[in-house]
Amino acid sequence: MVQVGDHVPKIIFDQVSKSYGSVEVLPPFDLTFDDGEFTVLVGPSGCGKSTTLRMLAGLETLTGGEIYFDDKPISKLDPKERDLAMVFQDYALYPHMNIAKNMSFALRLARVSKSEIEEKVQRVAKMLNIAHLLDRKPAELSGGQRQRVAMGRALVRDAGTFLFDEPLSNLDAKLRGKMRAELAEMRDTIDKNMVYVTHDQVEAMTLGDRIVVMSDGFIQQQGTPEELFKRPVNKFVAGFIGSPTMNFLDGELAQEGDAMWVRGDGYALPLDAEMGARLKSAAAKDVTLGLRPSSFTSEGTEGAPIELRVIVSEYLGAQSVLVTRCGAADVLVETQSAAPIRSGIVQTFGVLTGEIMIFDKSTGLRL
Amino acid sequence: MQSANVNRATPYLFLAPAALVMAVALLYPIGYMIYASFLDWNPSQRIGEAEFVGLRNYINLLGDAAFRESFYVTLKFATVVVSLEMVLGVGLALLLDRNIRGMSVLRTLFILPMMIAPIVVGLMWRYMYHPSVGVFNRTLKSLGLDPIPWLSDGNWAFASVVIADIWQWTPFIFILSLAALQSLPQSAMEAARIDGATGWQQVIYIKLPLMMPVLIVTLLLRLIDAFKVLEVILVLTNGGPGLSTEILSLRISRTASEFRELGEAAAMSNYLLILLVILTFAMFAYNKATEARTARLRKAAEEDV
Repeated sequence: MVQVGDHVPKIIFDQVSKSYGSVEVLPPFDLTFDDGEFTVLVGPSGCGKSTTLRMLAGLETLTGGEIYFDDKPISKLDPKERDLAMVFQDYALYPHMNIAKNMSFALRLARVSKSEIEEKVQRVAKMLNIAHLLDRKPAELSGGQRQRVAMGRALVRDAGTFLFDEPLSNLDAKLRGKMRAELAEMRDTIDKNMVYVTHDQVEAMTLGDRIVVMSDGFIQQQGTPEELFKRPVNKFVAGFIGSPTMNFLDGELAQEGDAMWVRGDGYALPLDAEMGARLKSAAAKDVTLGLRPSSFTSEGTEGAPIELRVIVSEYLGAQSVLVTRCGAADVLVETQSAAPIRSGIVQTFGVLTGEIMIFDKSTGLRL
Repeated sequence: MQSANVNRATPYLFLAPAALVMAVALLYPIGYMIYASFLDWNPSQRIGEAEFVGLRNYINLLGDAAFRESFYVTLKFATVVVSLEMVLGVGLALLLDRNIRGMSVLRTLFILPMMIAPIVVGLMWRYMYHPSVGVFNRTLKSLGLDPIPWLSDGNWAFASVVIADIWQWTPFIFILSLAALQSLPQSAMEAARIDGATGWQQVIYIKLPLMMPVLIVTLLLRLIDAFKVLEVILVLTNGGPGLSTEILSLRISRTASEFRELGEAAAMSNYLLILLVILTFAMFAYNKATEARTARLRKAAEEDV
């Protein structure tokens, strides 16, 4: 796929900020996209991820700071001078052109020869299974087909950087899963910069080499999917990444002999030695306990015991999610459906203490 | 059984008053006019006393050089003004389709001419074109240039009425084009920017093709209107000098009031009517065709998921 001489730049955001009038939507931030990396910007709506992408595309101006491709500042350049291709949420196909014309528009503007255009369009169309649609208009296609055309239009460009602005969010759940898998496959075969914006953490986890979690205009954390899942820096990231979402319980730290405990309404759990040692000196005694639904065992023989009242059991197939209550708080527990648990009873579960996370209650930072 | 019949009749019952008004106000005058066009009818006669002459009025008109001249002037006028107005109106819309401060005030100012009564527009321009005290010739004079015979020379008079019409009706095309522009899908324009289209290329390859349905309807509406224009020219030149600005509706009114040939005037009106009906049908046919096309596309898309 990669052609000789193609250049894939490293992208650097240096103190970039964005304001609309007096409203600052993105305070100055730094961000680096390594060349050839698939980076996902993820966060709830209004977190600034789309604005970041659009500034990179050149569709929005910067209020402050500078974006560099390698060491070349690009913020004053037109979109077309940045060597990038973009897939839009609503596909943004040209309604009056057929699919072949849609896909070749950029090449035709760049005065690429007819035979080369033909060859490129055919190759990409075959790859995306849309070769039979080339002489149709966008209105004659289904949502999924339009999505592929939008991908195809970006791919024929052979640009150094590909931008995706929530490309799957207009598809139904089944099609979204399918396209996600195809994208993941594409990611491995195309060695270009890919920047992908989504609000869906599943998409982020499955597609990203690296994930940048944003909220309220701030970058909360960036790292590999595994880093974000296992070592979130704060409560927001911990709650945003992972499905079902993490349980948060109010608690306080207490020392008993050598061991550290976290206690709260309806529970008392020991911390493992490594974490206990780290938290001994912690100033904050009021904390938030974070427990992933997958950190429970239903046998009770393994891990620290916790008593939970089972309210509802949601059967999902091989797995079930139990909605349980610990004191006044709801706690989600993931269990194997093979060992069914009745609702309405109080049951002792085991907590894998190695997976416990403790957050400072006032700052939300993980301790 | 009885009540079912009543139920079925109800819609027609409610429609009846409107149908009656339509018949009296629309069909009767048109029928009257068509009938009158077959008569040799002088205003001093009652219609029953007029002599029935069949198609003689129509045939006479075809051989009448003045009528043919007038028909030609009308066609020329409509073509020239509508072409220029389309270019200017769409051009202005493309220029003013942006969000900068004061743009909404500017837009409102632009559409003011359209709101002035045509008679007033005619009077206004007549004073401005006045050979000695009009603003144009005074300006030319102060610049040391020769005055222009705005309304007294045939070619200049035609240009003068064209200018006045453009001044009044460009805004109509402007606001419709602007509305069309602003309803274009924003992301397609952004995609075009990323695909490397310059401002001009965006206009030519994306904006204009997407605006085309609105532009075609606008064009037809303006054409129909331009064929019927009367007041401004009546006030400005009254058709002169010679026949240089005598458009069809002016000739019709003069045939009826000055030459007292009601039958011939009616026949002339019918020629104009036929022309307009053709235009209107062209518009309907275009709408039908686009609708049918959209429906076909939608069907194709639904079948092929």
